[in-house]
Amino acid sequence: MTRTIRNLALAALLALSAGTAAAADKISDGVVKIGVLTDMTGFYSDLAGPGSVLAVKMAVSDFGGKVLGKPIEVISADHQNKADIASNTARKWFDEDKVDVAVDMVNSGTALAVMPVAAEKKRITILSGPATTAITGDKCTPYNVHYTYNNWALANGTGREVVKNGGDSWFFITADYVFGKSLEDDTAAVVKASGGKVLGAVRHPQSSSDFSSYLLQAQASGAKVIGMANAGADTINTIKQAKEFGITPKQSLAGLLVFISDVNSLGLDIAKGMYLTTAFYWDYDEQTRAWSKKFQNHPDNAKKAMPTMVQAGLYSSVTHYLQAIKAAGTDQADAVMAKMKASPVNDFFARGTIGPDGLFRHDMFLVQVKSPQESKYPWDYYKIVKKIPAVEAFPTVEMQKCPCDRQYFDAQKCPWVK
Amino acid sequence: MQALFGQLLVGLINGSFYALLSLGLAIIFGLVNVVNFAHGALYMTGAFLAWIGLEWLGVGYFPALLLSPLAVGLLGVVIERTMLRRLYQLDNLYGLLLTFGLTLIIEGLFHHRYGNSGASYPVPEVLQGGTNLGFMFLPRYRGWVVLVSVAVCLAAWWVIERTKLGAYLRAGTENPRLLQAFGVNVPLMMTLTLGLGVGLAGFAGVMAAPIYQVSPGMGSNLIIVVFAVVVIGGMGSILGSIVTGLGLGLVEGLTKYLYPPAASTVVFAIMAVVLLLRPAGLFGRER
Repeated sequence: MTRTIRNLALAALLALSAGTAAAADKISDGVVKIGVLTDMTGFYSDLAGPGSVLAVKMAVSDFGGKVLGKPIEVISADHQNKADIASNTARKWFDEDKVDVAVDMVNSGTALAVMPVAAEKKRITILSGPATTAITGDKCTPYNVHYTYNNWALANGTGREVVKNGGDSWFFITADYVFGKSLEDDTAAVVKASGGKVLGAVRHPQSSSDFSSYLLQAQASGAKVIGMANAGADTINTIKQAKEFGITPKQSLAGLLVFISDVNSLGLDIAKGMYLTTAFYWDYDEQTRAWSKKFQNHPDNAKKAMPTMVQAGLYSSVTHYLQAIKAAGTDQADAVMAKMKASPVNDFFARGTIGPDGLFRHDMFLVQVKSPQESKYPWDYYKIVKKIPAVEAFPTVEMQKCPCDRQYFDAQKCPWVK
Repeated sequence: MQALFGQLLVGLINGSFYALLSLGLAIIFGLVNVVNFAHGALYMTGAFLAWIGLEWLGVGYFPALLLSPLAVGLLGVVIERTMLRRLYQLDNLYGLLLTFGLTLIIEGLFHHRYGNSGASYPVPEVLQGGTNLGFMFLPRYRGWVVLVSVAVCLAAWWVIERTKLGAYLRAGTENPRLLQAFGVNVPLMMTLTLGLGVGLAGFAGVMAAPIYQVSPGMGSNLIIVVFAVVVIGGMGSILGSIVTGLGLGLVEGLTKYLYPPAASTVVFAIMAVVLLLRPAGLFGRER
């Protein structure tokens, strides 16, 4: 009897050690290394930045710090919102520092610069911060996941609902670069498709501090809705000055890319009543509250800020990535990508699947900012107006026509697939 | 036509900020001969001090309008006494580098503590609301900014050009040794001048706080334009900086109306032309 047990135990032990030995070969360089490439000090550092790094570290530590018996390491770098710095950093990471996956890349310009570098080296990119829809459309790669949101989802969520609620004439205040124009175009298309009119637009240079002259033009247009196709400090100043010039509440503002960090710094008195689309709100249910409070109270979260959708999305996507490694039994990029796309995501952040184009399609929320009277406790900022189901929230695979998707394969635009 | 009036008025409002800031820079450059790159950071500090005062100590806008520039001026005095003073006998470039370094440190400190998006400062209650001028809605606070800035600029100009103290200051720039021989304490005078110039930056910061988001980057967004204003007006020319500040605000306002994407470059295009035709600036004189 005892002998059988001992034999069994031995056999089990052997099997286990064989398992780890096999796995050891399958984790390249004996470590899974995650590189967080983000904006640490610039425009986007509050909505991504150090909070992004923290979210990734939390994901790794909650995963147990190891996968297939090998350690998981997190490193980070500041891309300073410059495409060349981003791609050079990524190249060095992949060539010299054994980085297996680069994540975040808030700012579409940096994301589009890093994706081809990663694809060429057969490493994975997981994007949470950038917005351009082209990431999983014309510019897609086979080794990329676009996780949290994109311009199309924002335009569609906010644009369609606002028109439906009577806001049928629009004027755009747009940041004069790729992101702003693409957001304006996407939204204008949705507004027109929903039966609304676009009365005009004004393009301003990035980081203009004074918006009064653009706001006067928006006011003169007589549009019911002023769509703000800009981000960060530009959006904040637009909202603030719109109130000063008495434009709101006569004309209403639609925030096309507004994060909870922006609302927090504006204050509810100024931001109240504004509609916006978000992938995540900390106070949505028990699960989101539990995770967000853990994030907020983490000793590394110096400002005790609640997570933005970008940060929450990073935690979720990195966890999904690590689970895919575990399921695939290797960190080899092709196998991990196949597993990530094959297994649905179901956690506090979202429920949905990653398509063949690399876009993670999940539910989004249309929310309205509460007034100071409606807000009962710190960070009680949003009323959920509508949950937008995944099928409506994101562009379909057919719309994206990703040239790396087997269905729309184009060897010229997708040279990484043999 | 109506829209144009609106844009010109808005331009004038922005111009008064340029004038306030470039005036401080011009005073410092003219009298102390330092290119103060930290001007933008000190403007931001002024705005933040006002916000901190309101948030933590309950100090309102009007007391802040006095206290915050005083504190910033004091900071300027400390910087002058401990650091800048040692660089006077060296080339201008050293002062520029030092103040540039200080900018990075000051902005970094605020960034670390308050993050990039900063905080929002409310418009004081008595200055809320506005008047409909027919061609545009003028927020009361913006009207106040124009009045106060013009008054402060004129006062500074009057002190420097028309009073005995101003005469000492001007004499100090021409020949400090001779002035000292007459029994005037020149080093003290330079310290105070720097404090005054920097205090003006702090003052502009408090004025700006209710309009712009109070954030660590608010100074660096503005300071490059302000330097262009000073160069166009003529380095060190007090009147030049005031007139050019207001004038360029108008030009910028017009550009925002006619061709918005060029709004951030038009000032530099003008600067290039002025440098080609009159290297000493519109109001400057060759040294």
